Amino acid sequence: MPDVNTDLGHLKELAQNKFRSFGKEIHKPDRNFLWFLRIVASAVIACLLSVGLFLLLKAWPALYHTGLRFLYTNTWDPVGDVYGALPVVFGTLLSSFLALILSVPLSLGIALFVSELAPRRLARFVSFTVEMLAAIPSVVYGLWGIFVLAPWLRTVVEPFLGTYFGFLPFFQGPPYGVGMLAASLILAVMITPTISSIAREIFRAVPSNYREAALALGATRWEMIRLSVLSASWSGVLGAVVLGLGRALGETMAVTMVIGNRADISLSLFSPGQSMASVIANEYVEATSDIHLAALAEVGLLLFAVTFLVNSGARLIVLRLKTKGGGR
Amino acid sequence: MRLLMLFLAGFLASSSWGAQVVTGAGATFPYPLYSKWFAEYGKLNPNVQINYQSIGSGGGIRQLLDKTIDFGASDSPMTDEQLGKASGPIVHIPTAMGAVVLIYNLAGSTNLKLSSDVLADVFLGTIKKWNDPRILALNPGLAQTSDIFVVHRSDGSGTTGIFSDYMAKVSSDWKTKVGSGTALNWPTGLGGKGNEGVTGLVKQTPGSIGYVELIYAESNKLSFFALKNKAGQFVTPTLKSVTAAAAGLKEVPDDLRFSITDSDGAGSYPISGATYILVYKTMPDSAKAASIVSFLKWALKDGQKMAAELLYAPLPSSLVKKVQKKVETIEVKRAG
Repeated sequence: MPDVNTDLGHLKELAQNKFRSFGKEIHKPDRNFLWFLRIVASAVIACLLSVGLFLLLKAWPALYHTGLRFLYTNTWDPVGDVYGALPVVFGTLLSSFLALILSVPLSLGIALFVSELAPRRLARFVSFTVEMLAAIPSVVYGLWGIFVLAPWLRTVVEPFLGTYFGFLPFFQGPPYGVGMLAASLILAVMITPTISSIAREIFRAVPSNYREAALALGATRWEMIRLSVLSASWSGVLGAVVLGLGRALGETMAVTMVIGNRADISLSLFSPGQSMASVIANEYVEATSDIHLAALAEVGLLLFAVTFLVNSGARLIVLRLKTKGGGR
Repeated sequence: MRLLMLFLAGFLASSSWGAQVVTGAGATFPYPLYSKWFAEYGKLNPNVQINYQSIGSGGGIRQLLDKTIDFGASDSPMTDEQLGKASGPIVHIPTAMGAVVLIYNLAGSTNLKLSSDVLADVFLGTIKKWNDPRILALNPGLAQTSDIFVVHRSDGSGTTGIFSDYMAKVSSDWKTKVGSGTALNWPTGLGGKGNEGVTGLVKQTPGSIGYVELIYAESNKLSFFALKNKAGQFVTPTLKSVTAAAAGLKEVPDDLRFSITDSDGAGSYPISGATYILVYKTMPDSAKAASIVSFLKWALKDGQKMAAELLYAPLPSSLVKKVQKKVETIEVKRAG
């Protein structure tokens, strides 16, 4: 849009001229404000660095004690001071990605419905309800998981899956109710408001003349959504998904309450698992041996690293998509 | 009006105005009892205010070693390794006792019994079904055919500490494969967070077995197993049978770091344990030391009477005498 650019250039010139014409009295508060913002911004970076440094420092004895074995062995035995973090890393990643698989279609559906299809009143009601989900504390989700979700899974869902899809390795073993499936479902519910409300705003931000153009060319509603709304908001939607994933990776309380808490690697979604956040929440309070404490700090460090990697990986994808889109 | 004045006086006394503040932290298990004790003791001694944070035994021991609190509290005695890290000798004062109760969810079956070897094999995962001949031998007529779902604590806990201490004593398999501690590498089963987490899972899973604190099982009216003790009797967990476990202790070690799991003596419940208050023998602040000592003396005498109504088993009188002597060894410089 060339209009906007010339407008911006014009504004810039105007602003520069104004600054030049102002005296020093005006300049000084401006500069102070700039410094204030600089300090605030660097405080965030300092926070991040100090968390990383703190974890590294606390984890040092375990890093030294277990070495790289920490990353690829799967025995977690506080009594024998043997620590392998593979099962908890597996638990965190599996439950989070499953939650994403369940939640993304649902969230995008809600967002599209609210921004494109629903009458305004209904749209307002639906988005309000979805956002209410975000306001529920995670311990309440956990209780709901124990008392409603897990019994339902144990008596209805898991026997059903076991009977009809039991030939798949994912649906084998006794139906406990709590376990990886319950944790993933709870996480899916918890991240749906995050993803859907951001996606909704992104869809709304797509200029309406895009839609009109598509419709004018004879597109059906679905084609219009696909051609003008979805393709224009790709990168933003990915950003929303990453935010949801970030929440899922770090979620502690609700997951701890329904994941079954056994540090095991199993393909079956029925079997209990353990996540990085929940092992810390479970064991830190009563840990007394130095190595145990350090190993828990190392799990924290690992969680920090995993979230960092996942986030930067997703950013990279977004960046790539953006440049691709620009080149088209 | 008088009441109001009293209330005001009480309020002023309990606020930090001139009152000496003693801080402690540690085990969550004795927290209801301790808060009652501190409140009652505070009424008698308005110039002393005791603050207690129930952050868990491990946290209590860590903070005591860091000297950020005046006393710690733990459900299991400190290990030699931990004592080695302390800057001075630490005195263990047992204050009350509790037990670990095995609860189950088997509709229609009551008054069930277990022996130590069967219990160990259930938690090791070798006995997988309720109609296992070894379970039927103890409970003739038990008409349950389902799988056994084992439920344990997922969070580090003194309850797990006492339970695994017992298991390691009665089963050599357990000792070599699992060991004892506040958090374990469980061979089988599901983990629930806290007593309420374990209870929730057991209540909802038919065929499950789990362990919780006696107080928790009593106040939630859960059905539990009678366990075969060392003397060969099947004993249900009650305050009396827990106190009996401590009374059955033949030799009390000098530092009072005893274990009363699998205790000798008639009528003793085998998975019992004491909870401790931990203090440095020599405290930097002698005024605080005096307050703590006088509180401990009170807790061992008048405090014990309040234990039972809150479902804590009081210490047997034979033990109280030894503990009182131990309290005397805490250094108090009497000023004036």
